[in-house]
Amino acid sequence: MDLATSYMGLPLRNPLVASPSPLSYTLDGARRLADSGVGAMVLYSLFEEQLREEAAHDAWLVDGPANSFGEAMDYLPAIARVDAGPRPYLRLLEAAAAAADVPVIGSINGTTPEGWTEYARSMQDAGAAAIELNIYYLPGDPRTTGREVEQRHVDVLHHVKDAVTVPVAVKLSPYISSIGELARRLDDAGADALVLFNRFLQPDIDPEQLAISSRVTLSSPNDGRLPRTWIALLRGRIRASLAATTGVDGPADVAKYLLAGADVVMTTSALLRHGTQYAGALLDGLSSWMDRKGFGTVDQLRGMLAVPSDADPTAYERTGYVAAMREANARSHGPW
Amino acid sequence: MSVTIDGNEAAASVAYRLSELCSIYPITPSSPMAELADEWSSQRRPNVWGSVPTVVEMQSEGGAAGALHGALQGGTLATTFTASQGLLLMVPNMYKIAGELTAAVMHVAARSLAAQGLSIFGDHSDVMATRQTGYALLASASVQEAHDLALVAHAATLRTRVPFVHFFDGFRTSHELNTVDLLADDDLRALVPEELVRAHRARSLSPERPFIRGTAQNPDVYFQARETVNPFYARVPEVVQEMMDRFGERTGRRYGLVDYSGHPEAERVLVIMGSGGETARETVAFLAAQGERVGVAQVRMYRPFPASALVQALPDTVGRVAVLDRTKEPGSLGEPLFLDVLAALSESHADGERSMPTVIGGRYGLSSKEFSPGMVAGVLEELTRERPKRRFTIGINDDVSHTSLPYDETLDIEPEQTVRAVFFGLGSDGTVGANKDTIKILGAEAGLQAQGYFVYDSKKSGSQTVSHLRFGPQPIRAPYLVSQASFVGCHQFGLLERSEVLERAAPGATLLLNCHHSAERVWDVMSRPVQEQILAKRIELWVIDAGRIARAAGLAGRTNTVLQACFFAISGVLERGQAIERIKTQIAKTYGRRGDEVVQRNQQAVDHALEGLHRVQLPEQVTSAQEPAPLVPDSAPEFVRTVTATMMAGRGDLLPVGALPVDGTYPSGTTRYEKRNISDLVAEWDPDLCIQCGNCSFVCPHSVIRSRYYHADRLDDAPEDFRSALLNAPGLPDTRYTLQVYVEDCTGCGLCVEACPVSAGGEPVHRAINLADREPALAAERENIEFFEELPLADRSRVDFGTVRGTQFLEPLFEFSGACAGCGETPYLKVLSQLFGDRLTVANATGCSSIYGGNLPTTPWTTDADGRGPAWSNSLFEDNAEFGLGLRLAADQHTELARRRLGELREQLGAELVDAILDAPQLRESELREQRARLVELERRLDGLAGPAVDDLRSVLDHLVRRSVWIVGGDGWAFDIGSGGLDHVLASGYNVNVLVLDTEVYSNTGGQMSKATPLGAVAKFAAAGKTMPTKDLAMQAISMANVYVARVAMGADPQQTLRAMREAEAYDGPSLVIAYSHCIAHGYDMRDGLDQQYRAVASGHWPLIRYDPEVRAEGGNPFLLDSPRPRMPLGDYRKGELRFRALATADAVEADRLLGLAQQAADLRWRTYEEMATRGAQRFPADTRKDQ
Repeated sequence: MDLATSYMGLPLRNPLVASPSPLSYTLDGARRLADSGVGAMVLYSLFEEQLREEAAHDAWLVDGPANSFGEAMDYLPAIARVDAGPRPYLRLLEAAAAAADVPVIGSINGTTPEGWTEYARSMQDAGAAAIELNIYYLPGDPRTTGREVEQRHVDVLHHVKDAVTVPVAVKLSPYISSIGELARRLDDAGADALVLFNRFLQPDIDPEQLAISSRVTLSSPNDGRLPRTWIALLRGRIRASLAATTGVDGPADVAKYLLAGADVVMTTSALLRHGTQYAGALLDGLSSWMDRKGFGTVDQLRGMLAVPSDADPTAYERTGYVAAMREANARSHGPW
Repeated sequence: MSVTIDGNEAAASVAYRLSELCSIYPITPSSPMAELADEWSSQRRPNVWGSVPTVVEMQSEGGAAGALHGALQGGTLATTFTASQGLLLMVPNMYKIAGELTAAVMHVAARSLAAQGLSIFGDHSDVMATRQTGYALLASASVQEAHDLALVAHAATLRTRVPFVHFFDGFRTSHELNTVDLLADDDLRALVPEELVRAHRARSLSPERPFIRGTAQNPDVYFQARETVNPFYARVPEVVQEMMDRFGERTGRRYGLVDYSGHPEAERVLVIMGSGGETARETVAFLAAQGERVGVAQVRMYRPFPASALVQALPDTVGRVAVLDRTKEPGSLGEPLFLDVLAALSESHADGERSMPTVIGGRYGLSSKEFSPGMVAGVLEELTRERPKRRFTIGINDDVSHTSLPYDETLDIEPEQTVRAVFFGLGSDGTVGANKDTIKILGAEAGLQAQGYFVYDSKKSGSQTVSHLRFGPQPIRAPYLVSQASFVGCHQFGLLERSEVLERAAPGATLLLNCHHSAERVWDVMSRPVQEQILAKRIELWVIDAGRIARAAGLAGRTNTVLQACFFAISGVLERGQAIERIKTQIAKTYGRRGDEVVQRNQQAVDHALEGLHRVQLPEQVTSAQEPAPLVPDSAPEFVRTVTATMMAGRGDLLPVGALPVDGTYPSGTTRYEKRNISDLVAEWDPDLCIQCGNCSFVCPHSVIRSRYYHADRLDDAPEDFRSALLNAPGLPDTRYTLQVYVEDCTGCGLCVEACPVSAGGEPVHRAINLADREPALAAERENIEFFEELPLADRSRVDFGTVRGTQFLEPLFEFSGACAGCGETPYLKVLSQLFGDRLTVANATGCSSIYGGNLPTTPWTTDADGRGPAWSNSLFEDNAEFGLGLRLAADQHTELARRRLGELREQLGAELVDAILDAPQLRESELREQRARLVELERRLDGLAGPAVDDLRSVLDHLVRRSVWIVGGDGWAFDIGSGGLDHVLASGYNVNVLVLDTEVYSNTGGQMSKATPLGAVAKFAAAGKTMPTKDLAMQAISMANVYVARVAMGADPQQTLRAMREAEAYDGPSLVIAYSHCIAHGYDMRDGLDQQYRAVASGHWPLIRYDPEVRAEGGNPFLLDSPRPRMPLGDYRKGELRFRALATADAVEADRLLGLAQQAADLRWRTYEEMATRGAQRFPADTRKDQ
């Protein structure tokens, strides 16, 4: 069975990619991911804002008590006055890229133009095979227009593409009025891949504690429907590679994404839920399904169920929608 | 090259570059020299010959001197940095090093010695105690000299083989920033050629050419051998002068053994040494310019005493000489410099070389007491009197022995071109840091010289700072505080009421006031005296709300850069645009390593600083009738109202000798009179939510949360806002409970909030105790506290001492200390005072706990309603265990005497009473109360008797109540400097209790490594991460078999803490309680201190244990493991603390390696403990005190 795949021009041994997660916080974790059989891994995201906050907090810890008591001008050695900045991340990236036999992709969540570009450049220097832009942005200000939100994506991509030569992927949120149009604009701006979709860590409310709860919930297979729809629609309509993320729990979910047209399928929830080694089980399951269905290569099945590039996507969607409704009505006898 | 540095750096720069080894121990004010050496060594910076010096931190100065001696005998160029008590600990080795004619230099930031009280400040008491050791003594008077004479000392010692102490005044020179010309490596090499280094090396011990050095000598030769060195000493003055001359030729800066300046035909002359010489020289120049025939001889080399240089330095016209000593030798004919000068002049006179002038001697400047031009003039004035005082003091008012001379404190001799500025701020607002930057900015400007000196108070929370800055075209030789400032920055509105603020302003000065009041409104909120001074001095007033601008820039509370920009803008010392640019560059330099964010926030604050700066239009007349509130209430004791309050007001300099206790004895419990109001946010109780668990009160480091219960009827007279709840306890109906917060003493640390188990939701989560604004509640809470204090205290014999809930009702006898907000040590001391306070004696090692526990003006150990409370004393750092044992032995002796006399008087006093007293168990509180009642009766019966035995018994009667002796100190004491004594005292078998407040680092002196510092943590002297594991002090003590041992962490298990402290106290033998104390030196928000304690235990970093020999005696396993098996990796605990994280930043591989080793060590220790916890009693050594 040949699972070989290409993603943003990078040859991968298979289409399963480990997406950013705590599993890649350490070199050991990154090694375990590579050993589990994935085709590539995206390291956890480097959050510029968090780094900046940490630097300011550490400075407060060091400077706060300094110069206020005659016997101690400060309380920590000079080494504690040094801001780590992105260095620990870059060191991990460098070590992981050297240790892993699969491409290691760096992920950035920036807040300033300099943050995006400098981190991207440093990641490239540290050996990142590609950069993923994790534009995790909740436009909470009610005055922000949709166009501004979209333009931000395009601007960030422009900045980073100007700064690096390795491929650049853009991870998108689904909460965009016209994802297709934005996808096309990003494609035009040189995006090497689109990653669909980012999951916001939506806070919950704990009614017992009467408090906001920020516990992360893992995705479930149903969450894959939306990205699959868009991948099916974008397949063949843009040049950039398409990466599916969210909602992978079993081999069937991987297969569905590939059928919809994804170049690669990313997962974190499954690996967190079942352990890193579960990547092997996903790949085995994919192979046996392909075997059962008579596919010899991934290319043979990729995009089989995508919206044909010559079809009218709106009409296609409408048809699919009406058909799905009919089927649902027939089953549930609901008030449709 | 011209740089602006302090005296410590100036000396260390030379010492480091001319040494191969620095053997040190931290002590104020010399620690920064050692820390700089360590920093440079860790950066692999070489000395002038290409080797990187080794810096080794020893367990004490005695140890540092021993290692120094060995290193010198081994042929290295070795040095040390020390002061005060540390220098005293080196004295034995100094005799040896000198006796063996060993070339060596030690650099001393000269400091007072502990006598009637400890003082960290500067004088010559310490160096004068070494004048007989055989060391040469070289005195520097300024920052530049500390740099230059350091080189002269190193150059001279190698030529003469006589070791040198190079000293300069602690704080005044060691901590003064001044612009100096830095010596290049070539300058150093030019005076210290390598042949001399090799000659030094050739004198070392070597098995290749063996000899014996350090023999024991007999009466036949010791004396003669002692005289062999004379020629070496005879050469020293000549060699030192030669080095000074060669130095002068090279650098243009010329020095003499004794330098005279002043009128060439002076009649009156001062002789002085150290920084005071600078003041004297400048004042004499001022007076001579007015025609006065005065001069000053500044002594730079004190040992060997340069008699002929001194005699030659004085003009023949001199008829009157006043010698000023910065030390005191009670009982002597005079202080040492005076006696030496007197001897030199009289011998010269006897030899017919010159006429004999009148010579008088006096003391000045002890403990950094100001020495100003007015005082110099005052002493010179005294010399004009027909019969000047032979012995005098200057700078104080001695109303007891009448030694003091009058002087004009307003004499101003400073050149007009020198700009003078003072800034009043808080330690936490960054004022000093910004002013240090200002000094560096100005010092770097072509043609400008700058000086900065900083005064700190002794509080560790809410501390106030005063920055004294000067700058101008001429070198600044003014080692005294600024008194006539043309610019005054008052960075906290509340400080304006301090009289010093406006007193230091010159007429027409500019005052920059940081406050949230607008320019239109600020005048109306000032008190009458402030308004009067502003108008009388025609002060130009500017206001800014720097707090608002800083907050907007993300720098809440750090107003320094905003105010720095305003200073430059108003003062006009630099052109405004240029100044802003310089500030920003300096910010990038200062904060660059802390990351872009920090730099940007500070630069943004500068950009917006001037937006809110406004000049205030002042009225013609005083409009306020508001008088400043009295510092202490009228109800305070007289001593507090007169003496303590004067110190609190910052006017302690005005107190006459007669106002102060003669023997260092001060009243207990004075912090209660110092309402500092240092936090805008204070704890606020929600009675409706509270479950009355007592956790908040238990963990409060400043004892500001108190609980009482009382009958509901008492509320009839309660103030309107007084809060209460129904007491949550069965069997006490109609009983109310109140948790009172002492809002004026609260530091807003938030530990109570974190300790509260109740959550009512919300963001941030609302608890039964929360932080709220102080100001709106202040007036009502004052009334509430007054009412609360009238409520009855719980009967101690009915309180459950075994629970946190119970102990909240025990009155703390340790309150409102100046410890850091959120301190991890003080909660243990508070509990100690609650449990045993009325019969507690505390021997306190020097360190944080002796500073917040015993630093004037006010002290926290206090008394109960009966006037009983902890008796507290501090001896030294190194001897605390022994000191405590002495207190125990004294108590035992007197208890024994009391019991004996009681037995002798049994029939007269009544057998029943006497037997009851002698047989009283005195373990439970009820038993103690009964014993006290018996003693009242005993006293009554004694009143009817007479005779020596009766008098004897009366004098020791108190000892019939069991005394609780506690030896308290930090890990620096217990693990390092006091380790030998602690070991001995624990092995003595006597009933002492030791409480180690373990912060795993020297906290008081700024975070130096101790043997308690964990493997992998960074600390000063372990900048690359400590590579040795922590010493297991608990296991050491357990190995002694009959020591009660506990390791506790109240944030993890407060019940276990309570249990351990009570068991330790009840145990009739030595006991050791090691208490995990979170600390600002760990590098995290102190509010999370309890969480970190929990993690320390949960990760196996700090297993909770108890070892109770009593259990062994009863056939049980004495080793109890009180914490569950570790349930998180060590890394999860460590990631919260900068002391661990910092290493990962600098060297991730090493950090991982050390973490791995630390985890292994923790695992191994846990397995050992687990195994011990499952052993049978017979596998532990028997308690030898018991019959087996």
